[in-house]
Amino acid sequence: MSRLWLFEETINTDVLAPGFYMKSPLAELSQHCLEAVRPEFASKVKKGDVLLAGDNMGVGSSREQAAEVLKFLGISCIIAKSFAGIFYRNAINLGLPAFLLPKDSQLPKEFVDGSSVVFDFENSILFLEGSGIQINLDPLPAFLQELINDGGLVPHLEKRFDEK
Amino acid sequence: MTTLAQKIIANACKKSDVAPGEVVVCKVDLAMIHDSGGPRRVKPILEKLNRKVWDAEKVVVVTDHYVPIESEETRAIHELTKKWVLNQDIQNFYDQQGICHVVVPEKGHLKPGMFCVGGDSHSPTGGAFGAYMFGIGATEMAGVLATGEIWLKVPKTIFIKWKGKLNNLVTAKDMMLATCRKIGMGGGQYQAIQYIGEAIYDLSVQDRMTLSNMAAELGAQTGLIAPDDKTIDYIKSSGGLVPENWKSFRLDEPTSGANVNEFDASTLSPQIAAPHSPENSENADEFSNTVFDVAYIGACTGAKYVDLAAAASVLKGRKIASGISLKVAPASLKDEKQALEDGILKILQDAGAEFLPNSCGICAGYGKERLAEGQVCLSSTARNFQGRMGAPTSEVYLASPYTVAASAVVGKMTDPRKLMVN
Repeated sequence: MSRLWLFEETINTDVLAPGFYMKSPLAELSQHCLEAVRPEFASKVKKGDVLLAGDNMGVGSSREQAAEVLKFLGISCIIAKSFAGIFYRNAINLGLPAFLLPKDSQLPKEFVDGSSVVFDFENSILFLEGSGIQINLDPLPAFLQELINDGGLVPHLEKRFDEK
Repeated sequence: MTTLAQKIIANACKKSDVAPGEVVVCKVDLAMIHDSGGPRRVKPILEKLNRKVWDAEKVVVVTDHYVPIESEETRAIHELTKKWVLNQDIQNFYDQQGICHVVVPEKGHLKPGMFCVGGDSHSPTGGAFGAYMFGIGATEMAGVLATGEIWLKVPKTIFIKWKGKLNNLVTAKDMMLATCRKIGMGGGQYQAIQYIGEAIYDLSVQDRMTLSNMAAELGAQTGLIAPDDKTIDYIKSSGGLVPENWKSFRLDEPTSGANVNEFDASTLSPQIAAPHSPENSENADEFSNTVFDVAYIGACTGAKYVDLAAAASVLKGRKIASGISLKVAPASLKDEKQALEDGILKILQDAGAEFLPNSCGICAGYGKERLAEGQVCLSSTARNFQGRMGAPTSEVYLASPYTVAASAVVGKMTDPRKLMVN
């Protein structure tokens, strides 16, 4: 069982990975993740939690630490209405699954910040614990699913180079 | 009919043509990295993959984020960067000479038709030279450096058309803030934007760079401008080699059914964008009673030679108001030297400006020079996200260098035309 972290607003890279701490090790940077907008996030988030965001998730910088800190803090997948392109690629490359809500679909109102959820990776479904309510997410394109299955771009390339 | 984006991508993936939506693997002509997302991030990955960079001549390294060096941590980042560049036999290394997006073209590295990646979100700046250039993260960059390739979903082209002529004291920056309001920060949909229309071609190459640069603020993958004689003159004067077939990249007719957003330059007023998004823009007049603490002329977006010259044209013979600090971080050493020779720096200094190093500076918020709690800044930069340039309670408004300079003189935000009629 995981906690759902729901963000209605657009989350940008600068609040995910604040510039001033970019020189610091990941463990320290991650402690400042989202502190400008949700100060309790970094200390309360647990392994396996799911982050659900609004439009243009991860807009801004190309710094991949914006996705990496979420993975480091335990977020198991990110779901959004839409993603900023660079952030989306970064998340997948780091082996952090990122799913889109189906176009024009509404998030059932029963899903709120703090909801207990279960994510079915195989079928891309987010279940609201003990309610029978679910959201079917757009599955990843096959070549990106392969990247995720390999654990991200680096292990994927290791595999490719080994095969040669 | 093909678009400029499709033509470059087709060349890069060695196909006769490509269609939007198709996923292709492209050969990279140039990969640019900087001190933040560059060597310190890609080195461990390349070591793990047991690979050196695929082609050292196609890699450009610039130090610009951790400048000035002000701590042991940042010194270590610089040392690692220098060692790695040597170890990889990379000749194209520009150390503390300015911001990557400005330095790479001024050293003649970009030309029409190239397919390029940069380890920074403002990499679409290269689009001003008719190059398909876009930003990627460090792991993806390591993949490019190891293989010389990257996958891409062929984008649609969204056209931003500016007809008419800009009025005096209205700039490329104002065009972009107005475009951000109209189509939003997600309006580019990670597709290719192409700027067309007479007001675009009337702009100098450095002004065009402001447009391409802020394609990032529209959420586009890149921001192209078809090359013309001005582009070619710039490249030649930067020591770059112009491809003989450059005119074949002069493609700017919207394809049938394309998304074309039309704007009229002749009715555009100076713009200011309120915190915390570039899309919160309005005519500068709407902010005429807003007070602020720091006037900032900085960054790849807003401190190139043309931007320094614009600020100086307003500040000539004037002083900034008491209570305002004006900070100027010229985008490159070359632009700063030119501004010095032309008397522009003297004008800025006499008006009361304080100069900062040729680096990302306050815009990136990486260093000690940043906004304090509650400080309000009027900035010629691209991005005013909460906390980006300093404390979470600081606030950033965006405007053109003309508007920043005029507002610094008045002591409140203003349409620069009000000051200049007096």
